[in-house]
Amino acid sequence: MKRGISYTQAFATVLKRDLKIAVRHRGDIFNPLLFFVMVVTLFPLGIGPEPQVLTRIAPGIIWVAALLASMLSLERLFKADFVDGSLEQMLLSPQPLYLTVLAKVLAHWILTGVPLILVSPLLAVLLHLEENSYGALMSTLALGTPVLSLLGAIGVALTVGLRKGGVLLSLLILPLYIPVLIFATSAIDAAGMNLPYDGQLAIIGAMLVGSLTLAPFAVGASLRVSTN
Amino acid sequence: MWKWLHPYADPERAYQLSDKLLPWFTFLAIAFIATGTVWGLAFAPTDYQQGDSYRIIFIHVPAASMSMAAYMGMATAAFIGLVWQIKAADWTAAAIAPIGAVVTFIALFTGASWGKPMWGTWWVWDARLTSELVLLFLYLGVIALYASFEDKVLAARAAGILAIVGVINIPIIKYSVEWWSSLHQPSTIRITEKSTMSTDMLYPLLINIFGFGLMIGALTLVRFKAEILARNAMRPWVREMALARGAK
Repeated sequence: MKRGISYTQAFATVLKRDLKIAVRHRGDIFNPLLFFVMVVTLFPLGIGPEPQVLTRIAPGIIWVAALLASMLSLERLFKADFVDGSLEQMLLSPQPLYLTVLAKVLAHWILTGVPLILVSPLLAVLLHLEENSYGALMSTLALGTPVLSLLGAIGVALTVGLRKGGVLLSLLILPLYIPVLIFATSAIDAAGMNLPYDGQLAIIGAMLVGSLTLAPFAVGASLRVSTN
Repeated sequence: MWKWLHPYADPERAYQLSDKLLPWFTFLAIAFIATGTVWGLAFAPTDYQQGDSYRIIFIHVPAASMSMAAYMGMATAAFIGLVWQIKAADWTAAAIAPIGAVVTFIALFTGASWGKPMWGTWWVWDARLTSELVLLFLYLGVIALYASFEDKVLAARAAGILAIVGVINIPIIKYSVEWWSSLHQPSTIRITEKSTMSTDMLYPLLINIFGFGLMIGALTLVRFKAEILARNAMRPWVREMALARGAK
């Protein structure tokens, strides 16, 4: 049987398509990023500008803001495609759904996760994070944000058919995000005290591998339910 | 081998079976919980360290262990519903979710009121407590997702996927006291070796755990019956039954 295009081609096509659409709607990339920066700015204003306090809570603030920003941007992962029907065409295509989902999630991560990682050192400076925690902050974000995108995709896929999915999405997704948050902040704290943090990194890495292999299946099943 | 099970996929047969089972579950649950609670609260020896306040264990431990068991039951039913497309399994999962959420809440609440006299605080952000709280959130997520779909067939499938994803939390709760150094004491009931607990305390506890399981079974049957009726309201047998009940 001739499939038309190879798996690699299919993957690349979906990835390129999603990136191109996002570049043409620049707001979709910048708004979550702005949200991330603004939430982090609110904390020194609300809690007080004492550097010792900020140093202590910086890892948590940056990570919680990253969770919220990634959740905020998740909506656009499938919504537009669902509305205009292209999602259904992707489900009907002969290529495995796993690949399509993975390409879409990867595009989402490139558009929201990577900018977040790039801007995080700036926020770390603003919050007086310990200098020796910068490496831990960057590496936990690099390993952790793809996990957020993958787990979040399950929630979006489940709620994409609903009219008011937004609040429900946070109820479904945030409990699943908790382990990533716990290990990431504990890694950054450990790095701040000059302790080894490769154990926590290894666990986040394991979460990444686990969700990379299993989450696309759950997303695919949920998409089939949602589009019915 | 499993052929005898097949007729019960039919809603009417399933309804009749749960009608027959319900009194047994109810009676046994009341008997077990009454025995276990009275034995535990009134006759079990006082703990040499914690005094009488340890007695909340006879509610706390059954609720906590059954909250996880109910989740596994719900996820198993959801899995069966997804894989073999058996609607009765979907309804079972939908029936268990709110019960599991309440049992989880009872576990957290009794735990908090045990923590106050023993640890001096209602709540600590400890691995066991946090993961049990996440379990409550997962139950609430499943309930919310099931409620938000108009089409209950889709609702059950979507909630089922979420329930299956959430199973990852169960081993985390179970082993949290061993993996992290935690304020919560490690488990004292052992299945394969001798439990690290005096038998005078162990027996009422086991009776109550069993009783809680039966109670969840009974409540699930009640909700399962209601769910069958709600989903089959247009079927002739439901109408006939409703008419017969109304005539009485």
